[in-house]
Amino acid sequence: MIKKLKPKERMKIPRAIMPEQDPQVRNRNFDEVPCGLTEEQALTEAMRCLDCPKQPCVAGCPVEVDIPGFINLILEKDFAGAARRIKATNSLPAICGRVCPQEEQCEQVCIVGKKHKPVAIGHLERFVADYERDNDLVQLPEIAPPTGLKVAIVGSGPSGLTVAGDLVKLGHDVTIFEALHKPGGVLVYGIPEFRLPKAIVQAECDVLAQMGVKFQNSTVIGKLDTVDELFEQGFDAVFIGTGAGLPNFMGIEGENLIGIYSANEYLTRSNLMGAFKGEETDTPIIHGNNVAVLGGGNTAMDSVRTGLRLGAENAYIVYRRSEVEMPARIEEIHHAKAEGIQFHLLTNPIRFIGDENGKVKAMELIKMELGEPDASGRRRPVPIEGSNYIMEVDLVVVAIGNSSNPLVQATTPGLDTNKWGNITVNEETMETSRKGVYAGGDIVTGGATVILAAGAGKVAARAMHKYLMEEIKK
Amino acid sequence: MPKVIENQPLSDMIWKMKVEVPRLVTKAKAGQFVIIRVNETGERVPMSIAGLDRDAGLLTVIYQVVGKTSALMTTIEAGGEISDCVGPLGLPTHVKKWGTACVVGGGIGIAPIYPISQAWKEVGNKVHAIIGSRNKDLLFYEEEHRAVADELHICTDDGSYGHHGFVSDVLKNLIDSGEKIDMVMAIGPVPMMRVVANLTKEYDVPTWVSLNPLMIDGTGMCGGCRVSVGGETKFACVEGPDFDGHKVDFDLLVSRLSAYRDQERTAMKKLLENPKCQLTKAVRAFKYPN
Repeated sequence: MIKKLKPKERMKIPRAIMPEQDPQVRNRNFDEVPCGLTEEQALTEAMRCLDCPKQPCVAGCPVEVDIPGFINLILEKDFAGAARRIKATNSLPAICGRVCPQEEQCEQVCIVGKKHKPVAIGHLERFVADYERDNDLVQLPEIAPPTGLKVAIVGSGPSGLTVAGDLVKLGHDVTIFEALHKPGGVLVYGIPEFRLPKAIVQAECDVLAQMGVKFQNSTVIGKLDTVDELFEQGFDAVFIGTGAGLPNFMGIEGENLIGIYSANEYLTRSNLMGAFKGEETDTPIIHGNNVAVLGGGNTAMDSVRTGLRLGAENAYIVYRRSEVEMPARIEEIHHAKAEGIQFHLLTNPIRFIGDENGKVKAMELIKMELGEPDASGRRRPVPIEGSNYIMEVDLVVVAIGNSSNPLVQATTPGLDTNKWGNITVNEETMETSRKGVYAGGDIVTGGATVILAAGAGKVAARAMHKYLMEEIKK
Repeated sequence: MPKVIENQPLSDMIWKMKVEVPRLVTKAKAGQFVIIRVNETGERVPMSIAGLDRDAGLLTVIYQVVGKTSALMTTIEAGGEISDCVGPLGLPTHVKKWGTACVVGGGIGIAPIYPISQAWKEVGNKVHAIIGSRNKDLLFYEEEHRAVADELHICTDDGSYGHHGFVSDVLKNLIDSGEKIDMVMAIGPVPMMRVVANLTKEYDVPTWVSLNPLMIDGTGMCGGCRVSVGGETKFACVEGPDFDGHKVDFDLLVSRLSAYRDQERTAMKKLLENPKCQLTKAVRAFKYPN
């Protein structure tokens, strides 16, 4: 047991810095970038928590993890117990410990952070989840007796997996329908191995399967079966978590040239289909020498860092606003810069230029300046006339967001959507306009984060359980 | 994993596979497609539906050996399995009573026009079927088409069977003979669909073509299958695969289909040189043109 330190002494401990692969080494491999805290680091970091009575961190977490509780268990060296404490409210700690923007959530409101750097909650979460998994200490949570009620979940991304975990624990019979051949959604096709190893996603899905969740991969709801047919087949409630959907393009000249990918396609080829493994797998991918990624979000960072790892000499981010407006996590921007990514900010493409074989060879860019704030509150970028220039590129990845995928909405009469085609829900319950049908994640919000999707899943699961027990079971 | 019930060559490079996917088969309609993954390291390849046996729950696909994945498909024996078969994907072909309709299949396209011919016939159309291939050996599904179409027209490029000429020549003769065609569906190699579309444009006969761009997920997520139709970018997987042939940018389609040509050829070369791979003698003798 670690001796009790006074708050002042605790505050003096510097925040743990997670060891990372050297930027000049990692930018040519697909291994995970941060290596995780050591046990000693985790214990020291845990001492930095003041265990304050207000617990603002818990309120800052979209899934209300008992953060002081799990940190106290770390201090007692009960690492697996700490992991289980997190899992009481968050089924996916190894994933969230890696990809959550903690700096905008739990860590942003940490009391220690008012004067010093906040407690590294995300690092600790990852540490205990990895400890539990790597030491084979994963225990299945207690499962309530069967309710005899059946739940269908459409999509196996972060929201669907969260709903599945929560409802199976409560004794419901849960089936997840996934369109692709592997479960995980964006965690598998979108986020690269160097940021989220796929073995971790698979391990989380394996645990759900052991808890009784049934996975039906390669099943496209809206094509094979409709939501109404799921009800006819005996499901009592349906959750729709189909994700972001159709990639947006810029709509400029030359955009269909060979060598211009959507980020979804580029990342799916590399991650889900395994093209980053070279000849081990059959799905080809274009290896660019001069790779430009359009956009400033996390997906853009994932794409440009993938381009570098696949051998690019120059890998550029081209973004029409300045760095302050970039939606990507600061950590990801830092990682990208350290690896040698070149940033062309306040720059926008106006056309792509192809060679005689229809392959992209260059793009014309124009410089931008920031004007008056727009509807989003961010200053609107305005082109500077006559500032055009040509950039040589042989691979372009368009990472400017997604529109909603209409497959489920179009085949579900009475399911209300907004003007962008996203499903509208009661935010307190995630219930849609159709009775017994709930939705969450990017199909509701448009492109957002893993943890917001998981948070929506949490809310939906609670409401679905209530609905099932009060209106169906009786 | 879906079970393969039958897999056999119709000619050296054209094969027929039947896969047991009962739920998919009850839902699938003419003109839709599936995505197949042969094994765990395999790519996802879209395949047209060439037949649906709803009683037995069997899907038929007809495929031509053009590279590593299709060559690997030939090695799966009846009773074996493929990793995935997902679908039905894409929108079904429009089925209504046009009056007199003509389905045109060139090469491998002879297969997917068969269920369309059936569907159009069932709703009361008079159906002409024109099927053509390079030579007699490459022709298949003659009896199937004959059993459905009101009139079957056969042609070969080398004149070894049926009319000597292209499917477009036969269609032109048919129209010139005074038969008023109200709707055409053409499926086959891109140059063939282009020629048919150009011809029917002259005669002002509406014409659908079924496009075959590269795809990954097949549900609209990747955008790899984008094609240009009437100057607008469309995702063939969710907005197609059928489009107005008079508006399709065939040059772009041809170009985008060649995106991975070098990688495809390298992969195929390696496979053909691998003595462990159970290829038929004919398939092992595969050569790329020029």
